[in-house]
Amino acid sequence: MKHLLTGALRREDAISLLDAAEDMHEVQDRQLKKLPALRGRTVVNAFFENSTRTRSSFEIAGKWLSADVINVSGSASSVKKGESLRDTVLTLAAMGIDGIVMRHGDSGAAQLAADWLDVSFPSVRVINAGDGAHEHPTQALLDAFALRRRLFGAQSRGRGLDGVRIAIAGDIAHSRVARSNALLLPALGAEVTFVGPPTLLPPGADTWNTTVTTDFDAVLQQPLDALMMLRVQLERQRGAFVPSVGEYIVGWSLTDERRAKLDDDTVIMHPGPMNRGLEISSRAAEGLQSAVLEQVTSGVSLRMAVLYSLIAGEEPQ
Amino acid sequence: MTTIIRGAKILGGETADLLVEDGVIAEIGRVSAEGDEIDAAGLVALPGLVDLHVHFREPGGEQAETVATGSRAAAQGGFTAVFAMANTSPVADSVAVVELVHDLGRRAGLVDVRPIGAVTVGLHGERLAELGLMARSRANVRVFSDDGKCVHDPLLMRRALEYVRPFGGVVAQHAQEPRLTENAVMHESELSGRLGLPGWPSVAEESIIARDALLAEQTDSRVHVCHVSTAGSVDIVRWAKARGISITAEVTPHHLMLTEELLAGYDPLYKVNPPLRRDEDVFALREAVADGTIDIVATDHAPHADEMKRTSFEDAAFGMVGLESALPVVLKTLVEPGHIEIADVARVLSSAPAAIGGLTGYREPLAVGAPANITLVDTADSSVFTTERLAGRSLNSPFLGIELPGRVQHVLHNGYRTVAEGKVVE
Ligand SMILES: [Zn+2]
Ligand SMILES: [Zn+2]
Repeated sequence: MKHLLTGALRREDAISLLDAAEDMHEVQDRQLKKLPALRGRTVVNAFFENSTRTRSSFEIAGKWLSADVINVSGSASSVKKGESLRDTVLTLAAMGIDGIVMRHGDSGAAQLAADWLDVSFPSVRVINAGDGAHEHPTQALLDAFALRRRLFGAQSRGRGLDGVRIAIAGDIAHSRVARSNALLLPALGAEVTFVGPPTLLPPGADTWNTTVTTDFDAVLQQPLDALMMLRVQLERQRGAFVPSVGEYIVGWSLTDERRAKLDDDTVIMHPGPMNRGLEISSRAAEGLQSAVLEQVTSGVSLRMAVLYSLIAGEEPQ
Repeated sequence: MTTIIRGAKILGGETADLLVEDGVIAEIGRVSAEGDEIDAAGLVALPGLVDLHVHFREPGGEQAETVATGSRAAAQGGFTAVFAMANTSPVADSVAVVELVHDLGRRAGLVDVRPIGAVTVGLHGERLAELGLMARSRANVRVFSDDGKCVHDPLLMRRALEYVRPFGGVVAQHAQEPRLTENAVMHESELSGRLGLPGWPSVAEESIIARDALLAEQTDSRVHVCHVSTAGSVDIVRWAKARGISITAEVTPHHLMLTEELLAGYDPLYKVNPPLRRDEDVFALREAVADGTIDIVATDHAPHADEMKRTSFEDAAFGMVGLESALPVVLKTLVEPGHIEIADVARVLSSAPAAIGGLTGYREPLAVGAPANITLVDTADSSVFTTERLAGRSLNSPFLGIELPGRVQHVLHNGYRTVAEGKVVE
C-alpha cells in the first residue's frame, strides 16, 4: 500500500494495520510516549477544511513517532488566493516532505493529489483525512480498531470482525465515515446495516455491501454488536431532507428510550463531533456502552500505525 | 477567383469535380475550367459544417478562447459557421455585445460567427433582454439562449417564446431544473453515490423539456433543446414532435460516445454539463439521431484554461472542447455503426443546424449556385487524436489519446481556403 486513500482495503492489509495500531496503543500507556520511528521525516497536515479533532489526532500521532509535523490550514493555504489545488500540493511536495495528510471539502481531492504526486514526487505518501462526502479511511480503521478491542480485548490481534453486526444510523448520503466503513467493515467480515431517512440514503446504496433500511426501531430489535450514530447536519435543511428536527428525533435519534431497549453489551459509537439531543442523547453518549472516547484514543494509535507503515519503510528524501 | 476541386466523392457518393467561382459553387461534374486545383481524390466532399452551440469566451474569458482562436478551432474541425453562446463577460444581452462578437468574427475571417443573444438580462433569469433590438442589429440575432443557465421561470420562458415568434427567432434552452441540481457535478447514479459527488438527476433535464414543449405548443413558437443527454429526454422530444410541436433538439459528440464510468478517477477533464450519463442513454441518443428525433449534433465547445481543470472535481469548471473532434466522433459513433449515412452527416452537421439558426446558404448541401462552403474529409484516415489537432487556445478535450476515424483536409469558406492539407490557413 503506497497511499491510504480509501477504506477498501484487503482483509490482510487492514488486519496488519489494526495489529500495528495495537503496538502503538501499548506505547500510549507509557510515560515516555515518543518513539524514534519517524525521526527526520516531515509530515504535512494539509487541512483545506477545518477539523480540530482529526488534525490534532494526526499531529499527536506524528509527534509521538518523532516526525516533524507541519500544519497547513485552509485559511493559511493559498488555495483561496487563486492558486490551484494542484499547485499547492506540488509546492508542498517540492519542499521535500515525506507524507501529506490531506483533508479537503471536495470528494476525490486526496486521490487527485496522489495522482499528481505519483507523476512528479513519487516518494511522497498521501493519507486521506477526509475528502468531501467520499471517504475517511482512518476513521473507519479506528472504528474497527476500537470495536475489535471492545469485543475481543487482549485477544484482538490477528482477528477480523467476522460475523459482527453493526448498524450505522443517520445521514448516510453525506457521510464519508459511512462510505469508508461500508468498504472496510465487510472486508473484515462484519455485517453492516445502514439506517436513516429515505432522503439521506445515497443513490444506489442498495448495491453496496450492506443492508439498507429506513426503519430504525426494526434495526434495534435485531441483535446488534455495535450501533454507530452519525452526525446530522442541520445546515443541509435547504435540501429539504427531513421535515423537522422533531420528526428526525422521533424516527432516527438514539434517545434514552431506544438505548434502554439495546442489549447491555451493544457498543455505542459516534465519530464526533456529536449533536447531543439530536442524533444521540447525552446518556447514550456517556454510558458504559459508549465507546466514543475510546474511539478518540484509538484514533491516535491507528494514525501512528498508518504513518509508520506508509512512511517508515521508505528511505528519507 | 476560380478553384477546382478534383475528384471528390460528393456526400460520400459519386465522384465529381466542383468548380468554385467568385465564392459560389458554379458547377458539379466534369469540370474543364482552369484555376487553383485541389486534388480531392479519395476525399469526401461535405458542405461546410455548422455548429449551433459553441462558447468562444470573448469578451471576458480570453485566457481560454477568443473569437479568433475559436474560429481557428472551428475551421480545423471543418466548420464554416458557428453560433456563439451568450455567457460571456459582459453577457451578450445587448446590441453592443452581439455586434462586438459579430465584428470580431468578421475580422477573424475563418468562419461565420453568429452571436446568440441572451434571453434574460445578465443570464439572471429575471427580465427579458432586448431580444428585438438584438434581432434588428447588424449581428442579425435569431437564436436566443441563457445557456449555462436554464430559463427556469415558466412565465419568462413563455414570454420569450411569444416575443421571438414574429421575427422567426428560436429560444435554445439549457434544460436544467436548478433546484433539482444544486451543487450537482455528475449524473445521479449508483456511481455518484459511491464517489460522494452531488448527483444531477435525469429528471432535472426531462421535466424542463416537457414543460418547454408544452409552452412551445401553447405559444405556437419554436423551442430548441440544447445538449439532450438522457433516454427519457429523447422520449419526450419524440412525443412532442409526434404532436406537431415546433421543437428541435441537439446532442453533443461527447454524449454520443462517453459515459459516467470515466469519472471514477475524479478527472475534471470529464466534468461537463449536462453530465456524461449511462450506456443506455448513449444508445438512445444515437438512435434518436438515426430516426430524426434529434435534429442536429452541436459541440457545446467549452474551452477552459488549464488551471480551471487542475483542481478538485467539484471545484473544476464544466465543459470540454469539441470543434476539432466533432466530425471524427460523429463518424465513429453514428456512421461506422450504421445509424446514419455520410450524406446524413451533411444534414445533422450542416443544413439542419443552419435552418434552426436562420442561416442562409446551407439549405441544400453542395448545391450549384450556393455559397462555396465545402469541407473535404479523408474518411479512410484513422488516427489517434492528439493536441496537434487542436487549433484553439485550450486543450481540454476528452478525446485525446483515442483513435478516431476521419480527418478534415481542406475547407473552403465562401470560396476562400481556410484549411489546406489539414492545417488552418492564416
Ligand atoms: Zn448548456
Ligand atoms: Zn453550452
